[in-house]
Amino acid sequence: MKKNKNSLAVRRQREVNKVAAVFLAPVILVLVVYIFYPIVNTFQISTLDWNGISADSTFIGLDNWIELLHDKAFWTAFLNNIKVMLLSILIQIPLGLAMATFVEFAGKKSTIFKILWFIPQLMSSVAVGFLFTYALATNGGIISSISQLLGGGLVDLLGNPDTALYTVIGVIAWQFTPFYMVYCVASYTNISEDVYEASLVDGATKGQYFWKIALPLLKPSLKSAAILSMVGSLKYFDLIYVMTGGGPGTSTELMATYMYKESFANFNMGYGSAVAGGMFILITLISLITMRILNGKED
Amino acid sequence: MKKTKIKSRISWAIAIILAVAGLIIAIVPFIFMILNSFKDKFEMLTNGIFALPEEWSLANYKTVLEANFPRYFLNSVVVLVISLTILLFIAACASYPLSRMKFKGNGFIYSVIVACMAIPVHITLIPIFRMSQAMHVYDTIWALIGPYVAIGVPISVFILTSFMKSIPKEIEEAAEIDGCSRFKMFFKIMLPMAKPGLSTLAIYNGVTMWNEYIFAYTLTQSADSRTLPLAVWDFRGQYSMDIPMIMAVLTLTALPMIILFIFAQDKLIKGMTAGAVKG
Repeated sequence: MKKNKNSLAVRRQREVNKVAAVFLAPVILVLVVYIFYPIVNTFQISTLDWNGISADSTFIGLDNWIELLHDKAFWTAFLNNIKVMLLSILIQIPLGLAMATFVEFAGKKSTIFKILWFIPQLMSSVAVGFLFTYALATNGGIISSISQLLGGGLVDLLGNPDTALYTVIGVIAWQFTPFYMVYCVASYTNISEDVYEASLVDGATKGQYFWKIALPLLKPSLKSAAILSMVGSLKYFDLIYVMTGGGPGTSTELMATYMYKESFANFNMGYGSAVAGGMFILITLISLITMRILNGKED
Repeated sequence: MKKTKIKSRISWAIAIILAVAGLIIAIVPFIFMILNSFKDKFEMLTNGIFALPEEWSLANYKTVLEANFPRYFLNSVVVLVISLTILLFIAACASYPLSRMKFKGNGFIYSVIVACMAIPVHITLIPIFRMSQAMHVYDTIWALIGPYVAIGVPISVFILTSFMKSIPKEIEEAAEIDGCSRFKMFFKIMLPMAKPGLSTLAIYNGVTMWNEYIFAYTLTQSADSRTLPLAVWDFRGQYSMDIPMIMAVLTLTALPMIILFIFAQDKLIKGMTAGAVKG
């Protein structure tokens, strides 16, 4: 009797396995073809000297990787990525939190603020990049026009290597701060109404409520926001490529724009693949370390 | 008591001033774009960028719409509809066993799929570029569908699996007693019940695909097979000195999102933050 039951269970399990395999097959196929195989293939191509067009390529072993380690342009790009990452986290999340807090405290009356603040998120990064190329132009740009109105001269923010990166970081903040606002608004709704009311009954001011009660409760979601912003900043491409193309010089070059240029403008597919591989390794390492640190603190 | 009241009044005043400042920063570039899109090429520079247009001329819009713009738009729509349909269907398929069935490797497969969320997709660009050539789809909109589906898979499976886990099991158990097969159960029960999750994901992935740039830029070349984010790029090549014309292209590009925002604001915001707030 027991044996029978067992074999029935075994048969059922086999049936479940089969059904699960059928349901999972398409997703696994797509991931293998478009994610896993390309990752392996990128590392393979990185051992070649190949222009991406001609049929013949030469195997050069780790030469591309050795070159990458000594490539100043790549490490400049990496440092720029780190700057974008840190400033994005430090600007966008506190601002987004401040805006969300305003919306939370002001109640229904502030809906109009929430709606209009969200507008920058409605444009794609490419469109934002183009818009600001003109909006920040030396001639006929917004900043220049305001400066002239106030009696100043023309302002060239994007053409100056000292200001270009910070200008771009500002534009990125313009686009993404609204995202962190709605993110924080959503996090606020997770704090129960009772907590807020109880603290007011106990005589807490709104400021005290924010610093002593809301902020500690929001901490986990702010952490995930930071991780989100970090991963996003490290692979940033569209907006910078459109606005500055990495220039002037290498002042706004990022890992992704550098990879793109090496592969598709200079036709160094082999070296471009090494850059892509290096980027992959660095981003994975940084993500792992940050998650370790953030999760470690929790205990 | 009085002192704190005055203090809170002052802080409110400061908060409102800052809020208004933020509002101005958020919308001035938008106004710049829309205002200037109605102007003539030279009018913008002679009259100043914030002057109202001498006449609200639709000439720029007409030129853009009579050029290749509708083609870019159509390409974007076709790519979006096909990729999104495939993506949501296969993601729902995968999430069903991951959320409901016990089998060896369930946890492992799930974590591998979810881990893909952190992968910078750029690393796949060169091999996918080669693949598109080998498959003879390079420079057609079909080249974009595979990568767009793949980019959306990890987050979609992540969200749908947790969504399906939250659907009560009783209905399925009853259906199972009635002799309903697993496949029937998926199509008749799970898929309809997962609709709210699917609609959130449709918006999230739809916005991502609609705005996607680097793959579209790399895998297509001719104007006939390019999508909307590249329209601006190509128009700039033609009208590099005609800033109002480019502003008209930008406004038209942003228009679908603006319309969606006006009519389905809550859904759009919920969808766009789906990746962060888990559905």
